[in-house]
Amino acid sequence: MKLIVAVIKPFKLDEVKDALTEAGIHGLTVSEVQGFGRQKGHTEVYRGAEYQVDFIPKVRIEVVVDDDRVADATETIADTARTGKIGDGKIWVIPVEEAVRIRTGERGSDAL
Amino acid sequence: MHLDTGDTAWILASTALVLLMTPGLALFYGGMVRAKNVLGMIMQNFVAIAVVSLVWVWVTYSLAFGPDWGGHGIIGTFHFFGMSNVNDAPPGYTLTIPAVLFMAFQMMFAIITPALITGASADRLKFGSFIVFITIWSVVVYAPVAHWVFDPNGWLFKRGAEDFAGGTVVHINAGVAGLAVALVVGRRKGWPKKAMPPHNVPMILLGAGLLWFGWFGFNAGSALGANLLASNAFVNTNTATAAALLAWILTERIRDGKPTTLGAASGAVAGLVAITPACGYVNVVGATIIGLAAGVICCLAVRLKFALKLDDALDVGGVHFIGGVLGALLIGFFGTKAIGGVNGAFHGGGFGLLGEQALAVVVVAVYSFVVSWLLAMAIKKTIGFRISDEQEDEGMDLSLHAETAYEFSPSFGGSQIFGKRETSEQGSAK
Repeated sequence: MKLIVAVIKPFKLDEVKDALTEAGIHGLTVSEVQGFGRQKGHTEVYRGAEYQVDFIPKVRIEVVVDDDRVADATETIADTARTGKIGDGKIWVIPVEEAVRIRTGERGSDAL
Repeated sequence: MHLDTGDTAWILASTALVLLMTPGLALFYGGMVRAKNVLGMIMQNFVAIAVVSLVWVWVTYSLAFGPDWGGHGIIGTFHFFGMSNVNDAPPGYTLTIPAVLFMAFQMMFAIITPALITGASADRLKFGSFIVFITIWSVVVYAPVAHWVFDPNGWLFKRGAEDFAGGTVVHINAGVAGLAVALVVGRRKGWPKKAMPPHNVPMILLGAGLLWFGWFGFNAGSALGANLLASNAFVNTNTATAAALLAWILTERIRDGKPTTLGAASGAVAGLVAITPACGYVNVVGATIIGLAAGVICCLAVRLKFALKLDDALDVGGVHFIGGVLGALLIGFFGTKAIGGVNGAFHGGGFGLLGEQALAVVVVAVYSFVVSWLLAMAIKKTIGFRISDEQEDEGMDLSLHAETAYEFSPSFGGSQIFGKRETSEQGSAK
C-alpha cells in the first residue's frame, strides 16, 4: 500500500475528485494548506501598505491505494490538476505499513 | 409651498433609512457568494452609492423629475441640471418638504436600483466596466423609467399606473437588467455543476435585517409625509414581509423537507419587493395575500434559472423581477380607495387598473431588458465586461482589489514591502 499526497490548485479539487472516482479510487482526505514552491506569492495592499504574501492557498489530497494502482492514481491526479502554468503543485508517494477500517477491524488492502 | 416640519423630519429620516439598504444589500449578497468574492461583491454595491450620488445630483434627477420635455411624458429636461432650481418642487408635486429633500430621497432609490443588478452577475464583472455600466444605465434606463412611472407628468403615471414605492421602477427594472447582464457576460465557470454555496449565512441575515429596517423608509417614506398613508404603508410592508417569510419556508418545508435560514431571508426580501408598489394602495388583507403569494411564487421561481440555463447567480430575476411583477399586478385586484389610489377589481373598480398595471409591467420590463442588454453588449465589445479565467479562479477580492476578506492565519504568511515593489505580478498568484 502507498499513501499518495498531492498538493494542487484549490479550484482543481472537484475535477480531481471526479477523475479519481471515475478511475475506481474511492475515498480521499482533503485539507486546505498554504505553502510555496517555485510560484511567487501575491501582493495585498491595505491603506497603501503593501504586503508580499509568500504562502499561497493550496489543497492537499491524501489517498491510500494498493501498490498496483499507484501509477494509475498519480497519473490521473497529474493529468487532471495540470494547467501548464507555474503553481500546479506536486505529488509524492510514501509507503504505508498498515491500514485498518475502524468499523469492521479489517486490515491491509481489505481496509481500503 | 407650505413646509411641514413633521413631514420634513420623517423624510429626512426615511432618506437615511433608504441609504442604509444598499450596504444592507451588500451584506445580503456578500454572504451569498464564495469567500473569495465577498469583497468584490460588497465593493460593487458600495461604489454604486458614490457613483449614482454624483450622477443623480448632476444629471439624472433632472431627467427623471425635471419639467417634461415636449409634453410626451418620456423624459425630463435639464431644468435641475447640477442642482440648479433645486428648491423648486418638480412640476405636478405639492410638497410639504423642501424640494431638495425630495431630490435626496429619490436619490437613494436611484442608488439601490443598479446595486440590485450585481446579484445576477455576481463573481464575474470587471470593476471599472461595472462603474461605466451603472453610470450610463442610470441615465438611459433609470431616469426615463422613473419619469414614466413616478413623475406625475410621466406617460404611464398619467394613464393611471400605480407604483407607490418602486415595484416597476426599482425591482422589475433591476430584475430584468440583471438578467440581461448575466446573459451577456455568461455563466460563472463551472455553473451549474460546481457547488457554489453561500460562504456566510449569518451575514445574509444581517443584510436582510438591514434591508427590512431600511425598507420602512423606502415604503412609508414614499408617502412623502408623516401621516396616515405613511402609517398604512408601514404596516402593510411589515405584514407582507412576515407573510412572505413564512410562505417561503413553508414551501421549502413541503418541497425539500426542511425550512432554511437562507429561505427565511429570501422570503422576507421577496415580501418586501412585492409589497413595494402596493403598500400605499392596499389594506392589510391585500398585504397579507401579496406577501403569501410572493413567498410561494418567488420560492418556486428561483429554480427557473436552471431550466433556462441562465446563471442569475443570486436570484435577482426570481426575487426582484417576479416579486415586482406580482406586487404590481395584484394592485389591480386589491387596490382600495380607502387607503389610497383607485379601487381594484376586488373593490368594485373593474379591471381597468389591472390593465394599466400590466401595461406598465410589460413596458418597463421590455425597455429595461433591451437597453440593458445593448449597453452590456457595447461594454463587452469595447472595454470588456468580464474578468479573465485566472482572475475568476483566484477570486475577485485578490485579483481585483488586492485584499482578502478573512485573514485567519496566525502568521499572515507575508512581509511588508517598503519602497519599490519587487514583483511585477501584482496581486495575482500566477
